[in-house]
Amino acid sequence: MIRLENLTTTFGKGQDQFTAVKDVSLDIKTGSIHGIIGFSGAGKSTLLRNINLLQRPTSGQVFVDGVELTGLSESELRKQRHDIGMIFQHFNLLNNRTAQQNVELNLKFAGVPKKERRERALEALSIVDLADKASAYPGQLSGGQKQRISIARALVTEPKVLLCDEPTSAVDPRTTTSVLQYLSDINTSLGITTVIVTHEMNVIKAIADNVSVMEDGAVVEEFALSSLQDPSFEPITPIGRYLISDEITLNRAPKQTPNLGADVARV
Amino acid sequence: MNFTSVVLATSNGSAATFNFDRILELAPEIWVAMAQTFAMLLVAIPIAILLGTPLGIWLYSMSPNGLRPRPRVHRIVDGLVNTIRSFPFLILLIAIIPFTRFVVGTTIGTAAVIVPLTINAIPYFARFVEQNISQLGNGVVEAAQAMGASRGQIIREVLLVEAKPALLSSITIMTVSFISYSAMAGLVGGGGIGDFAIRYGYYRYETGVMLLAIVLMILLVHAVQFIGTRLSRAADKR
Repeated sequence: MIRLENLTTTFGKGQDQFTAVKDVSLDIKTGSIHGIIGFSGAGKSTLLRNINLLQRPTSGQVFVDGVELTGLSESELRKQRHDIGMIFQHFNLLNNRTAQQNVELNLKFAGVPKKERRERALEALSIVDLADKASAYPGQLSGGQKQRISIARALVTEPKVLLCDEPTSAVDPRTTTSVLQYLSDINTSLGITTVIVTHEMNVIKAIADNVSVMEDGAVVEEFALSSLQDPSFEPITPIGRYLISDEITLNRAPKQTPNLGADVARV
Repeated sequence: MNFTSVVLATSNGSAATFNFDRILELAPEIWVAMAQTFAMLLVAIPIAILLGTPLGIWLYSMSPNGLRPRPRVHRIVDGLVNTIRSFPFLILLIAIIPFTRFVVGTTIGTAAVIVPLTINAIPYFARFVEQNISQLGNGVVEAAQAMGASRGQIIREVLLVEAKPALLSSITIMTVSFISYSAMAGLVGGGGIGDFAIRYGYYRYETGVMLLAIVLMILLVHAVQFIGTRLSRAADKR
């Protein structure tokens, strides 16, 4: 469904030049959930934004459902974007529009007639179980609810692809589970090819079929999550191994004052 | 002394009388002055909104981080806006007299003041629009772009909607500032309540009359601010 060929994205000029994505090629199968993981600054968000050309790559080609997006004019690209939904870490909802108006806006951009918009927006809201919040403003909703509204907004045009940029990084662990459950259900029931960028391996383990590990702008490793079932499986790269171990290990020096705790208690 | 008079202290230590009979006598003139002030604001402010909004959007769009960066053209228009903004209003009023004559056919009277007021207000409001829009952040713009919105749709359906509360506050600030600017209208015989205060209070030493005019201006500013704050708060759903 998505094919990226030799993508390179460079920012700035001269001395300030910075290459966020280095010669990345990727093939994402129709209906799969593909994770992209890496640390901050690894280039994963830039790579995701390369897919819908929110960030144009400096070189390379992007194909979505057989169409080469990198070869399209502005207006043709806009048309293609109606088939590519996107959700963001900070939701990016319009604060001065209600949940329903936010969802309807996507239909408006897609040129759907007014009569149809209302019905379809409510339908999308009911997929994320928020039909009862249709007339609420984002400011009245919790983080998880806002993310679900933004999922409804992305889904309402019935896209083939859903791009998720750190969708759970701004919500608490319980909300993370709920958001991922919705994304997973939607993937199963609607068969939307989903790409999810995150720095949390737990998210990948919970939802992804395949994962690409990024470091310094390059995809250094790719594997299917099913291979984790095999106890002898081990990622090739150190960063891959680090990420799947997903444990916080600190280097803790021995305490200088042995009875520090007691001192504190006395104070 | 008359029952309808109140003695007030003035800056030079002499006493001024606040004479209600005198006020009644001048009442028709006060009404005319108020009407002139309203006329100035009711023409200048709406035109400034009508023309300043597209100019402000344009400044935002063409800026290096805007929707359609055109850094070189942006620099020229940006400079032009700054130039008009740097004229003290009194100087602008005189400097554009030929233009004023061309537009309204006269260089004196209320109509003649409306022209420089409007010329001053357009870039003034454009700056507000530009700032209010750039402060929205890139998130909503990106979301709209990802949804396949055109530039026009982003401006109409996203930026102006999100900036509405801030824009209403800006209109309020602009209106209050221009009540003050309108006081300089006297220079070209434009009238208005500020000019009334200057004529009677300053030139004719009728302190009582001036105080009344000032009270009227204070009430006007308070009313504008009250309505503006209400509207902005009602529009803000954050």
